[in-house]
Amino acid sequence: MAGNNLPVKVKIDNVVKKYSGRNGEMVALNGVSLDIHENEFVCVVGPSGCGKSTLLNIIAGLHEPTSGQVLVDGQAVSGPGPDRGVVFQQYALFPWLTVQKNVEFGLKLQGMAQDKAEQEAKKYIKMVDLEQFAQSYPKELSGGMKQRVAIARAYAINPKVLLMDEPFGALDAQTRTQLQTELLNTWEKEQKTCFFITHDVEEAIILAQRVIIMSARPGRIKEVVEISIPYPRTQETKMTKEFLDLKNHIWSQVYQEYLAIRK
Amino acid sequence: MNTGKNKGFFSKIPNAVWMVISVVTAFVLWTVIASTEAGGVVFAEPWEVGQQFVKALSNGSLWQHTSISLFRVLAGFGIGFVISIPVAFLMGWYAPFRNLVSPWIQFVRNIPPLAYIPLIIVGAGVGEQAKVIVIFIASFLVLVVTIYQGVLSVDVTLIKAAKVLGASDRDLFFKVVIPASTPYILTGARLGLSASLTTLVAAELTGASRGLGMMIQKASGYYDMSTVLMGILVIGVIGILFEKIVRFLERRLTGWQETISQ
Repeated sequence: MAGNNLPVKVKIDNVVKKYSGRNGEMVALNGVSLDIHENEFVCVVGPSGCGKSTLLNIIAGLHEPTSGQVLVDGQAVSGPGPDRGVVFQQYALFPWLTVQKNVEFGLKLQGMAQDKAEQEAKKYIKMVDLEQFAQSYPKELSGGMKQRVAIARAYAINPKVLLMDEPFGALDAQTRTQLQTELLNTWEKEQKTCFFITHDVEEAIILAQRVIIMSARPGRIKEVVEISIPYPRTQETKMTKEFLDLKNHIWSQVYQEYLAIRK
Repeated sequence: MNTGKNKGFFSKIPNAVWMVISVVTAFVLWTVIASTEAGGVVFAEPWEVGQQFVKALSNGSLWQHTSISLFRVLAGFGIGFVISIPVAFLMGWYAPFRNLVSPWIQFVRNIPPLAYIPLIIVGAGVGEQAKVIVIFIASFLVLVVTIYQGVLSVDVTLIKAAKVLGASDRDLFFKVVIPASTPYILTGARLGLSASLTTLVAAELTGASRGLGMMIQKASGYYDMSTVLMGILVIGVIGILFEKIVRFLERRLTGWQETISQ
């Protein structure tokens, strides 16, 4: 059984991505296939350079695959679209806009009227608990707060799929733990299909229903690990034997790939 | 700078007071130099220049010269500003356009306006057009080079973020590239205005009956150094006013930037 019994939301179908550079051709992704189900939370781990960000960019429609395709609800992806929200590691907030205006940005591009967009944005700013900072500019916020704004902005356009590219990678350990908990709470309340990239094995296990381990370049799926620890998961979950066994297993798999790069 | 422990006497003086000190010191230096034998040949005494100023102001001639020069500067700069933004954008985003145009800009940039003025006089005559064209070329070159840097510096992640939120190419230009380049556009405006003023005298060499540059040239023919100095002072003060206006706009428009001094 894969994650849950709901229908397939995102179908990654034999995706290959090659780049031609100065040193000849480089294969970033070598035939990746994966079905992600509705409301499923999937985490991808792998050594740096394994193509996990490339895969996310292809699902987002920001990059084109060399061959193969990605289907969302049976429709082939041909470019970026509001059915897929993206949260980037570098926050990517528009520094000249207030928190409120950042969250409204996507809504107004969808053609929503100003007062309606304002209300919607307020709702999602409240969701990430930043109401007092609605009129602040990004430079006035901490890294964790910035990422919460980015999550609110991605949620606000109500995408079917949320793509996250190491969103907590630049944060300190405490903030990261806190945001993981918040993200899980939000996901349990407002179910969405989540595709989450991380290099942190603990983070992957605490969040995901399935952890996808990718091999070193050329990137392929090496193993898919089901995480059947029930939600809600807390920090105590990290002390359980089940968690530690999974962590050992996944970590050693990733480490092997890391060694393969070193060679 | 004044960040460490050595917050001494000088760091307590407010900026406005510094401005007064700076101006007064300049006047004292000027007076001293003008009173020496060698300096007196070049520099008229401050009071002579002051007298000249009052005279030119009361008979209206100074305003006539100033207003027409301001018109030329602002017209040339304005056209340069409006054209440079799309050109810089095209250079930043379309490699063929950049490869075509960039060598032209690098080529013309190093040529002093005085050198191509004959071409402009032949082409555009001696009317207002010729002066505006000279100033336009000077400010356009500075603007386009600076704004092009701004377009290049736009964070790719912001473009990606806007695209996944549903932005079209038009949205990207107006809602991301323009605001993200605003600091560079304003720096370009400051440098462009300054280039416009420094080319003013050259532009008015195309033959003018009025204008600050022409006033200076004519006065130098009569060895009337107090009028020359008055013209220089007026141009300098206009330059400082332009600078203040751009600074004001910067505070209003680019306060969102992360700065080092926070």
